[in-house]
Amino acid sequence: MSLLTLENLTARRGPCPVIEDITLSIGPGECVGLIGPNGAGKTTLMRAALGLMPAAGRSSLATLDRTARARVAAWLPQNREIAWPVSVQHLVTLGRAPHLAPGQQPGAPDHAAVDRALAAMGLQDFRHRIATRLSGGEQARVLIARALAQETPLIMADEPAAGLDPANQIALMSVFAGLARDGRAVLTAMHDLGLAARHCTRLVVLHRGRLVADGPPAQVLTPALLAQVFAITAHFAQGPDGPVFQPLQVIA
Amino acid sequence: MRLALLLTLLAALTAALFLVSLLTGPAGLSPARALAALIRGEGTAETLVMREIRLPRALLAAMIGASLGLAGAAMQGYLRNPLAEPGLLGVSGSAALGAVIALQTGLAAAFTLALPLAALTGAVVAVGLILALAGRQGGSITLILAGIAVSAMAGALTALALNLSPNPFAAAEIVFWMMGSLADRSMTHVWLALPLMVLGWALLASLARGLDALTLGEDVAESMGHALPRLRLTLVAGTACVVGAGTAVAGAIGFVGLVVPHILRPLVGARPSHLLAASAFGGAALLLAADIAVRMILPERDLKLGVLTALVGAPLFFHLIYRTRREGLT
Repeated sequence: MSLLTLENLTARRGPCPVIEDITLSIGPGECVGLIGPNGAGKTTLMRAALGLMPAAGRSSLATLDRTARARVAAWLPQNREIAWPVSVQHLVTLGRAPHLAPGQQPGAPDHAAVDRALAAMGLQDFRHRIATRLSGGEQARVLIARALAQETPLIMADEPAAGLDPANQIALMSVFAGLARDGRAVLTAMHDLGLAARHCTRLVVLHRGRLVADGPPAQVLTPALLAQVFAITAHFAQGPDGPVFQPLQVIA
Repeated sequence: MRLALLLTLLAALTAALFLVSLLTGPAGLSPARALAALIRGEGTAETLVMREIRLPRALLAAMIGASLGLAGAAMQGYLRNPLAEPGLLGVSGSAALGAVIALQTGLAAAFTLALPLAALTGAVVAVGLILALAGRQGGSITLILAGIAVSAMAGALTALALNLSPNPFAAAEIVFWMMGSLADRSMTHVWLALPLMVLGWALLASLARGLDALTLGEDVAESMGHALPRLRLTLVAGTACVVGAGTAVAGAIGFVGLVVPHILRPLVGARPSHLLAASAFGGAALLLAADIAVRMILPERDLKLGVLTALVGAPLFFHLIYRTRREGLT
């Protein structure tokens, strides 16, 4: 069973295709890192897959009706918007809205889901704080907790680790990997290839709008691909503590 | 629950001010006699004063205040901007233009409802223009720009009507009407405005969950199952109903829709959905209070309601901006 299936997905901005002919399937148990240089089309791929922008081809999510989709996939965009000074608890509870009937107030199962999400992001002590008064990294964690509280089979996140300290970056990726082990799936765009190599079960590489590699990190992060797509050289080895990836130099 | 308590307090305040409004006026009736005349109704002059002058005035103040508060809260929630207000869409400006044209052409004197109906026509034209300019898709920025364009056009045409007015008295009549007032309104005005307002209240109230989701931005709101084009259409239609109807019967009354949600936001934990109901009651209370003040301060000079709300609202707004700045919030 797949949670997300894309067939020949193409999205354009004006006449130029931003992503072209993407075919991809993500199933339960996968923590997929979506990597590629700036402008490769990572954000566009995820927004088109969700049906948030017009696209040709087929996406299994975009064919669902809005409410059903919100129960299948949670979306965490890159820009971290918190418009009003609401409490952290209220903000995270917003993630439960797709599970509530019109007019229904959040009940015990919803509060339990919010508690789990706050605990996963280490935010129990922030529950009653005003979200807009937190630091940038703390706000990012609150917004991730909102997406977690939605408790969907699939989470799609756009550079969720950006702006987090090392401990929180690792904690976040561990949470994602844990979700995958529990039979859910994560698709996350990221730039930190070291994190991706250690925590993702699979990497999908976008280059100029096209899917150029797809597989386990060890098979994807080859010197040839790194040179072609990222124009870098890197050290990549299986150490005693798991895979270690360190970018070294820019190829002129 | 804190929201329930707040709403109860605001409702009680509104009810008390409604009662005071009923008991305020130049006829000099004692409270007991005024209420007896209103309720029992024995065909006396006192009953006429209560039922045909004071009751519609108090009802309109509550209805229009609630409308402005609710529409202001919805507009701020949708645009995620505490400076947004119902007048931003240009609906009130266009409704005023319709009324001004009715006054200018003499149509207003033809029959009682000629002026409000002309104002409603102006509001309908404005909504059509806004939707045509902003398009079916598109975000909040195009809506703001469309509103500004429509407001500017309505303002220019209103100025033209004043410019071309046949004599100073006609110009004075137009200017006084535009200041907004609830004096000398009848139950006919109530019955004209009420159905539109009820429809608008229902539309705006239905936005609650969508506005909460918009706290996280348009992309997240859409991903959580909210159809943004429909949300926007509901907002425009609801605001047009309540603001168009309000302007049609009372002229332009500013600042209520801006200030009331701003004052009440901290009391509802800044949640846009909770702010809707609170601002409706708050707006009703504020406009009832303002309309009482208009009759108490200068009873013989016919102080205009819109002038008073702006006089009170602007300094209050200065204070709010100062406080916001001091707290370091944006």
